[in-house]
Amino acid sequence: MEAIFILIGISLVLAVTFLFLFFKAMKSGQFDDDYTPSIRILFDSQPKKSMKDQPKKSKSYE
Amino acid sequence: MKEVFHTDTRSRCYHCGESCEQDPILFDDKDFCCQGCKLVYEILDSNDLCEYYNLEANPGQSQKDSSTSKNRFDYLDDSDIERKLLDFKNDQESHVTFYIPQIHCASCIWLLEKLYQINSAITGSRVDFLRKKVQVKFLHTKLSLRELVRLLSVLGFEPKISLSDMERKAKTPVDRKILTQLAVAGFCFGNMMLFSLPEYFAEVDLLEVGFKRLFDYLNVLLSLPIIFYSASDYYRSAWNAILQRKANMDVPIVLGIFAFFFYSLWEIFAQGNAGYMDSLGGLLFFLLLGKLYQQKTFDTLEFDRDYKAYFPIAVTRLIQDREEVVPLVNLQVGDVVMVRDEELIPADAVLLSDRANIDYSFVTGESIPVPKQKGELIYAGGRQKGDAVLLLIQKVPSQSYLTDLWNNEVFEKSNKRLLEPLANRISGVFTWTVIAIAIAAFGFWIGNDISVAFKAFTTVLIVACPCALSMSTPFTLGNTLRIFGKGKFYLKNASVVELLALADTLVFDKTGTLTDPANASIEYVGESLSAETKSIVKAMVERSTHPLSNRINLWLGKVISAELEQVQEVKGNGIEAIYKNQTVRLGSMSFVGATVDLSSETGNYVFLSVEGVVLGYFHIQSGLREEASAVVQKLSGKYEIHVLSGDRAHEREALGRQLSSDIQFNFDQSPLDKLRYLKVLDGQGQNTIMLGDGLNDAGALQESQVGIAITDRVSHFSPASDAILDATSFGKIPSFLAFAKASRTIIKVSFGLSILYNIIGLSLAVQGLLSPVLCAILMPLSSISVVVFTTLATNFIAVRKGLIQLNRP
Repeated sequence: MEAIFILIGISLVLAVTFLFLFFKAMKSGQFDDDYTPSIRILFDSQPKKSMKDQPKKSKSYE
Repeated sequence: MKEVFHTDTRSRCYHCGESCEQDPILFDDKDFCCQGCKLVYEILDSNDLCEYYNLEANPGQSQKDSSTSKNRFDYLDDSDIERKLLDFKNDQESHVTFYIPQIHCASCIWLLEKLYQINSAITGSRVDFLRKKVQVKFLHTKLSLRELVRLLSVLGFEPKISLSDMERKAKTPVDRKILTQLAVAGFCFGNMMLFSLPEYFAEVDLLEVGFKRLFDYLNVLLSLPIIFYSASDYYRSAWNAILQRKANMDVPIVLGIFAFFFYSLWEIFAQGNAGYMDSLGGLLFFLLLGKLYQQKTFDTLEFDRDYKAYFPIAVTRLIQDREEVVPLVNLQVGDVVMVRDEELIPADAVLLSDRANIDYSFVTGESIPVPKQKGELIYAGGRQKGDAVLLLIQKVPSQSYLTDLWNNEVFEKSNKRLLEPLANRISGVFTWTVIAIAIAAFGFWIGNDISVAFKAFTTVLIVACPCALSMSTPFTLGNTLRIFGKGKFYLKNASVVELLALADTLVFDKTGTLTDPANASIEYVGESLSAETKSIVKAMVERSTHPLSNRINLWLGKVISAELEQVQEVKGNGIEAIYKNQTVRLGSMSFVGATVDLSSETGNYVFLSVEGVVLGYFHIQSGLREEASAVVQKLSGKYEIHVLSGDRAHEREALGRQLSSDIQFNFDQSPLDKLRYLKVLDGQGQNTIMLGDGLNDAGALQESQVGIAITDRVSHFSPASDAILDATSFGKIPSFLAFAKASRTIIKVSFGLSILYNIIGLSLAVQGLLSPVLCAILMPLSSISVVVFTTLATNFIAVRKGLIQLNRP
């Protein structure tokens, strides 16, 4: 049963770590704007790079 | 397929999507409506940023109207202005945040965050879409603030820099603090629940005694952050209330918290029992959750704007024919300033140029520009339409006719008669009753058994702790705020709901609030128009963007426009066209050469002449909003209704007929008169709601109990107010007011409910009968049932009033 003492210690340390991480995230302003990131994540930076690698097909992008 | 696509887009500008009236400028196989749009495309193309055009079709802003004067941003080189605008500056890097109203789509975000590809001195940029703000980090050694603003302006994203940006707003991240407190409370509460779990099954003897003691001590340890940090705001608020010899909701809460804490300490250390630390944690967690729920703010809107938010930082001053850009604060009486097309008149001034055309739409709500002649006094706040004009400054900006309002004492301090919130009034009575009961129970038991006496005393305080009571208000008001927000009615904070519910007098501004510029009444006076003349007029007004042209165009309806040989719009005067070798003129009296005495009339007049012969004129008056008469009639029985107007009184009868007979009309009201009028009503003890839209209502909006600003574009201009209403929701005003009343009733009912719980709990507690398990079940049950009740009830009433729709298929 003594294992429980260690487990309690570990669980508390883990919980405090999460709390600390939450504070860090909040200080960096992650929760200040909860709308823009939902648009930003849809931007695709890949095609542009791949287009550079390939020989340029054409000027027009239509 | 490709053919079709091409013909479809030929007449549309590739950049901004506007149709190209004249010959489009062909560049890189694409059509552009103007040089400005082409320039933006060239910049983006050369920087490999054409992905911008793939994210959204024609995402750009039309560059046709963009101001071209090069020295417009010179004031940004002023080190004092620069210092005030920057967020941060070190040897190398500067950070600045701009408000850019043009931000409207995903492409805007994408482009503004790729600025570093256009200029290497920009190290990064970040867009906040809802607030329409972008923060740019740049190396000020390589790029000055002025050059940065110029770059943004060339791209079509000219930042709006107004006088209010000069005052560094102390940014207090209030919502972050409550979030931190909630996080701490949640963390402690969660862990305490884990450690307390064995206690709930104490009969089964899950654990050895050693563990039980450890768990109890851990609970005490975990309760400390809650007591000392999470609950600190409650102590402060309760202490302030006591200092003012009042009892607000927080006084009984703090009593309960202390009773919980010290009784549990005594239980754990003296008695060897488990205490109620987990219940304490749960209480604070739910209380803070309710607070956060109520604190929902529409922080993308600005409720506290004064004239500084409208005024530019700098103006162009002329000194011996030399243009110079000076900060507005340095402007002095006697200076000559130049105001260009679409620029704001910064101070009361006399017109030096021959004529000007001033749009006072955000002052009065009337969108038709007013013509002014040389020598006339022009009030600050108008916007020049047409060619640049010269003005001689008569008063410094802070003392102009309109801005004088802000020097009124109303704006100095919030001197609104504070209505005691319902919750505070009830809790005053409640606190004293509970303390009396606790002392009575203590006195009753002290003769028989001192330990039972202490137990009865503390359990009364714990059980009576009005968690249910204190949760009913935030959850009801928070939910009401959300439902209003869905109906495009945005309140500054939750306490406005109660003020709305208590109001008995409604004061409407006329122009722009009850009337809608788009809903004009037009009357034609003169020789009757032939079908041919109508088609000529139609062709002329179609070419013009002037508001009056649009209204005549609507009035003409589906007349087929004639082919004109030549059309020319003389800004500020009218339109001249040549049709079958005859000159047709449409415009102001002097433009067509008419002589009619109209001095006793109001409204706008557009004259029509052919070959110098005046045929007649259009008389245009802005009409009532479609829903206006329905709204006023619905409200007229329940509220006292007043209408204030800056116009002359000739419309009184017509308005009375259209709206309702028991309205008190007041015409010829200056902005200051409006403010005084509200003050008088307030002095009579009436609870007023003022509905207005322009800067001239700002004083009245501030003076009333609830000032509601009505606006077509919610995130744009609106004077300081307690609430902002989208103009499209004007017809819902009676429902909003009724709903505010209903939510007050809901609060009362849920108070009744929680008092019932308290009576049951207290009757057990005074007898010393309450066991820990019963306590642990009763407390959360009462809180949760009250929260569920208020949420369901507000939603139910909102559906019944048609404020929210059920999304069931």
